Amino acid sequence: MNSRERILGRVRRALADAPGDEAPLSRDYLREHGQRTVAQTVDLLAENLADYRALVHRTDSDGLAGLIVGLLEKRGSASVLVPPGLDEGWLAATGVPRVTDRAESTPAELDRVDSVVTACAVAIAETGTLVLDGSPDQGRRRITLVPDHHICVVRVPGQVVSSVPQGLERLDPARPLTWISGPSATSDIELDRVEGVHGPRTLEVILVGED
Amino acid sequence: MSGTYLGMPAFPEAAREAVGNATLRGNLRHATHTIRAKRAKAVTEVSDWAELREAGKRIKDHTLRHLDRYLVQLEESVTAAGGVVHWAADADEANDIVTQLVKMTGESEVVKVKSMATQEIGLNEALEAEGIHAYETDLAELIVQLGKDRPSHILVPAIHRNRGEIRDIFAREMSEWGRPAPEGLTDTPAELAEAARLHLREKFLRAKVGISGANFMVAETGTLVVVESEGNGRMCLTLPETLISVVGIEKIVPAWQDLEVFLQTLPRSSTAERMNPYTSTWTGTTDEDGPQNFHLVLLDNGRTDTLADEVGRQALRCIRCSACLNVCPVYERAGGHAYGSVYPGPIGAILSPQLRGTGSEIDASLPYASSLCGACYEVCPVAIDIPEVLVHLRERIVQGGEVTSRGNKVVLRPAKGHAAERAAMRAARWAFLHPGVLRTGQRAASRTRRFHPRTLPGPGRAWSGTRELPPVPAEPFRDWWQRTRGGKDGDR
Ligand code: SF4
Repeated sequence: MNSRERILGRVRRALADAPGDEAPLSRDYLREHGQRTVAQTVDLLAENLADYRALVHRTDSDGLAGLIVGLLEKRGSASVLVPPGLDEGWLAATGVPRVTDRAESTPAELDRVDSVVTACAVAIAETGTLVLDGSPDQGRRRITLVPDHHICVVRVPGQVVSSVPQGLERLDPARPLTWISGPSATSDIELDRVEGVHGPRTLEVILVGED
Repeated sequence: MSGTYLGMPAFPEAAREAVGNATLRGNLRHATHTIRAKRAKAVTEVSDWAELREAGKRIKDHTLRHLDRYLVQLEESVTAAGGVVHWAADADEANDIVTQLVKMTGESEVVKVKSMATQEIGLNEALEAEGIHAYETDLAELIVQLGKDRPSHILVPAIHRNRGEIRDIFAREMSEWGRPAPEGLTDTPAELAEAARLHLREKFLRAKVGISGANFMVAETGTLVVVESEGNGRMCLTLPETLISVVGIEKIVPAWQDLEVFLQTLPRSSTAERMNPYTSTWTGTTDEDGPQNFHLVLLDNGRTDTLADEVGRQALRCIRCSACLNVCPVYERAGGHAYGSVYPGPIGAILSPQLRGTGSEIDASLPYASSLCGACYEVCPVAIDIPEVLVHLRERIVQGGEVTSRGNKVVLRPAKGHAAERAAMRAARWAFLHPGVLRTGQRAASRTRRFHPRTLPGPGRAWSGTRELPPVPAEPFRDWWQRTRGGKDGDR
């Protein structure tokens, strides 16, 4: 008997005397917490992002390229990594050399880049979470991991949901997902949330109003 | 379970040592009290906590009830998504599978994300014996590994270390394994985190094989989920060419939607955050993004034996949040090492003796390492009635009875007169002789009266087995005494 059969057999024997199935699961918890207008939901997102030490900026589509250039300059970035499908206009104003992520880019190459700019798939207001799903404007998971500075653009209110249940509904489990709530942190030293360890230690979020 | 620490003394002896260590006790008290208050706040932020907790319990119970079906479904969906599924009945088999998989890549080092399952099976030691070095990359695990120490908490394995000790370990040991700690390293958390970042980065960048566990596996989609803080998990899950995940069979949830419950309750219960910094989900392999070879090792190692026990099987609902450790008066005083297993605290006291059986002194004494105050049940996000299971296990140790061991039904003899009984009795006495433990315990017990066991544990069992215990008074005796005597005698 192989281990697969052995384990399944043990499970079945263990459950032989278990009572029949219980009543169907009632999901009587909330779909979202509290009542908010759309604008308030976006404000809550900004607040919760900031609470976990992300730097939050707000602009409209006309101001976006200028804002990004300003952030890269302020940071003193000598290079910026871009996913293959990033909106051309976002980086139109910047002269900072671009590095395009390619399948053959090694981790060591990515490690030499200062900043990365991406879009996101969904943002969750109640928890201050950005979710990236590897779409062309977000790129492979590694590009938002190795550089120390991540600028993430969220289209508001279109990409914003209130809660975790609403976020999951919008996401495709077949895609590799990264949920980001603030910059890298650790609670390992005396159980206190402190500064980042391995992921980007500076997370800047741009909430860009849709027109 | 091969994760028993060899030569581990029974709980009371190990606990005595910890209680005598003032630094250790101070570190533990500081950390557990900080997190307790924060967790309470994080939980009150969500008005439907009770409903989420109930849903979490139900989802897990339903999954366990149909575990065979969900395991087969998971295997199908992971395979369809490009992953390879392996089944391991016990620790040795899991270690062999992983060792072979690593050898097939030709690599002699691997990077690891913190994983209870791989600690449980002693994977690092097994790999080392085959000439493969496993680097722990979680900050706390790094502290433990560099300090040649053992983990003492599920979530924060180095909780017994304060920042000064961590600084010393880094300064002393890092150079032996790679990039040394920066000159003049101080004990500020930011500097310590920076030292870990630099030390581990070279390992991440060259790693070809990553090893992880998983917090959840979704049967319907074949998706695995890892919840973390630092980004070391993301490094291990995305940079290597080969990813091997070793996961206990009880980590399944049926549907993608079920995650909406646990992704709300887990972060708030464990690190008291609205959301942890990073959560990664992946389904098989993805072209050009992340590891191109993905292996899932499904681990039994005593879980099906636990499943066979009607009362004890609820321990398999555990999502390893560690909230029960942080509120436990016994854990706070005894420390994690006293539990002699990778699963310390209240959950360890019910899980280890079930996964491993109660043959050894340490495992027989674990169900007694509690004052049955019920605080663990109160905070548990999947409502595991830990006191109920403790009492059940105590009865089994004292009276003997039928249990399942490696899939076979065996009849346990009563512990009477055996070393196991003596160890158990010493543990019970230990808890009773520690006024602090008992005081906290009693006070909480009167708040949670309805969870109080009907029969007295340990030495009192002989007589209480034949009659109901009187109900717990609304006000514990000690409190009454303090109040009526004005606490003049300083009841310490
Ligand atoms: S038993 Fe409950 S509280 Fe304890 S670690 Fe498991 S899920 Fe968390």
